[in-house]
Amino acid sequence: MTNHPKNAEEFIKDTDRVDWHDAALWHVRQKRDIAVDTVPEWEELRNIAAQIKAHTLANLRSYLLDFEQNAMANGVEVHWAKDAEAHNQIVLEILQRNNVKKIVKSKSMLTEECGLNPFLEGRDFEITDTDLGERIIQMRQEPPSHIVLPAIHIKKEEVGDLFRKELGAEPGNNDPAYLTNQARIHLREKFLQCDAAITGVNFGVADTGEVVVCTNEGNADLGVHLAPITIHSMGIEKLVPRQKDLAVFIRLLARSATGQPITIYTSHHKKTAKGAEKHIVLVDNGRSKRLAMEKYRSSLQCIRCGACMNTCPIYRRSGGHSYHFTIPGPIGSILAPATDLKAYSDLPFASTLCGSCGDVCPVKIDIPNQLYLWRQEIAEAGALEGKRKSMKAASKLLASPRSYRNFGWLMRLGLRFMPNFLIINRYNVWTKGRDLPKPPKQSFKDWYKKNQR
Amino acid sequence: MRVGLFIPCYIDQFYPEVGIATYELLIKLGYDVTAPMSATCCGQPMANSGFEGEAKKVYHHFVDDFAEFDAIVMPSGSCTMHVKEHYTNINQTKDVRHVRTNTYDLVEFLIKHGVKKLPKVELKAKVALHTGCHSLRGLGIGHPSELYGQPTSALRQILNHVKGLEFVDLDRPDECCGFGGTFAVTQEAISVKMGQDKVEDVKRTGAEILVSNDMSCLMHIEGILRKQGEKIKIMHIAQILSPVAEHP
Repeated sequence: MTNHPKNAEEFIKDTDRVDWHDAALWHVRQKRDIAVDTVPEWEELRNIAAQIKAHTLANLRSYLLDFEQNAMANGVEVHWAKDAEAHNQIVLEILQRNNVKKIVKSKSMLTEECGLNPFLEGRDFEITDTDLGERIIQMRQEPPSHIVLPAIHIKKEEVGDLFRKELGAEPGNNDPAYLTNQARIHLREKFLQCDAAITGVNFGVADTGEVVVCTNEGNADLGVHLAPITIHSMGIEKLVPRQKDLAVFIRLLARSATGQPITIYTSHHKKTAKGAEKHIVLVDNGRSKRLAMEKYRSSLQCIRCGACMNTCPIYRRSGGHSYHFTIPGPIGSILAPATDLKAYSDLPFASTLCGSCGDVCPVKIDIPNQLYLWRQEIAEAGALEGKRKSMKAASKLLASPRSYRNFGWLMRLGLRFMPNFLIINRYNVWTKGRDLPKPPKQSFKDWYKKNQR
Repeated sequence: MRVGLFIPCYIDQFYPEVGIATYELLIKLGYDVTAPMSATCCGQPMANSGFEGEAKKVYHHFVDDFAEFDAIVMPSGSCTMHVKEHYTNINQTKDVRHVRTNTYDLVEFLIKHGVKKLPKVELKAKVALHTGCHSLRGLGIGHPSELYGQPTSALRQILNHVKGLEFVDLDRPDECCGFGGTFAVTQEAISVKMGQDKVEDVKRTGAEILVSNDMSCLMHIEGILRKQGEKIKIMHIAQILSPVAEHP
């Protein structure tokens, strides 16, 4: 279970890159702080948002049925997918039925979770991610390292090299405006050629049957308006009961994510144009199982703003890929173990439990506490058996004042008189980057015995 | 008021002067202070590693040691938070509930009971402050920068009573130092990097002393400072409020 530590150690070797990565994300966190401070009712908004989400989750079945009914009344075809495979199969059938060859896709962590791109590429579809960051990592053939800033781990020079190779951009021109325009020209062509558009969903509204998609680039809108076939892939937890509830979430989302008051585009997709087809695929893929886990239920409240990543001192210094899960960072670390406890048993330990993620969370998910609870669950499931013996021994030692005293004395004595090579060596992890405290001759208790009043 | 002083295991063994300073301070403030000789540890290292079950024995031992006191005070926010928040897997007897509600970090206790009575001390030095994360966010000692409103520091509030101190501000005053208990070993690379970044932040300010209410953060930060050959001192807030000898 050493995956995250190993990946992090690898990432950290390039000091310049780590410092740059850390600073870039800290800058986003600071922009968030400034935006938050313009909203005096911020903490109240968080409370209301958490309550709306908790209420929705507690009544998810009936809200989903309302949503389905209202969407159908809007002329939308609604599909239910119990897992990733079912989702991909439904999408495939829609595409095949309509003879689709070329697809544009806007940002969607859900289709990432379902592995839709490789699934369709393996069946000879051309699928193009149209969000700039997503397009960059798609060209590099790697997963996003952040849920809002998918290419945050890549420098503009690397983007320049990539676009030179892939798009024939000018050598040596790494000006962000130039590179963005190159991507724009390239993507325009893809938009004009597409037969279908796929989008993710930020919010589904039960009482209107509409879906809301928030982007800064307008790429989702371009796809939806140009393509004759539109598919919105939506996790079943994305629901809010009423359209007016959006007034709470829209205010929280972009401020938490990037420090913007609102995303440039907040598009409500409701009805189909004449001659066009609109589909919504509702995906479970483990969500109802998590809904049944009382301790971890609130993790379904997540609105995917990424604030917990930007504030996390570990995420900023280890990069999103170190988490080896679709959703990285603190929220990913509590989502992942529910999908596969063994494979992700390292993630709840990728934290000092500093608590900052819980403080920035716009829907007040108790992330630090859930990290702690997952640790217990992982140990209980036997995934840390190597450690149990030493923990048992430590517990025995610390429950016995006499053995504790003897052990402490021996340790201090040892540290005072042992030659350095015995203390500072490759077996002692502490001393790789840190010195040990100078051991005193007597402990506090030794002093207290003689000096207490 | 009968105060039970808990000196966490690593302070007892490595930083006795912090225990002594805390003891002397509470005596000066007029409390009836006892540090039970049988006290050991709060159980946090096992529990944070996922072995809450194995920690039960230590929890019971802690409660047995301290149930008789009106208040339990310790120079560590992290251990305090653990007792308050995580002693939930043992029977919630009257004693357990009493201990959980009446355990305080030293700074928390001073703010609640004793700031006005603090002894007059003077120290001419440039100091930077570090509030442990579990104190700041777990116990609510101070206001973290990510919540709405002006960030505040409880350490600053208390140290304002000390003459001669010049406070310097860190760029990231409430960024975690990277200690995190067993995290310091299981995630060694990140832990050290976080500590190095904290040290860089402190160096930038020109501070002579880094003051904290959590000795575990300071143990980690000191380890990095010494490895770099840096002369910046670390001090627990108790050592400033109650100047006593160095290592006894």
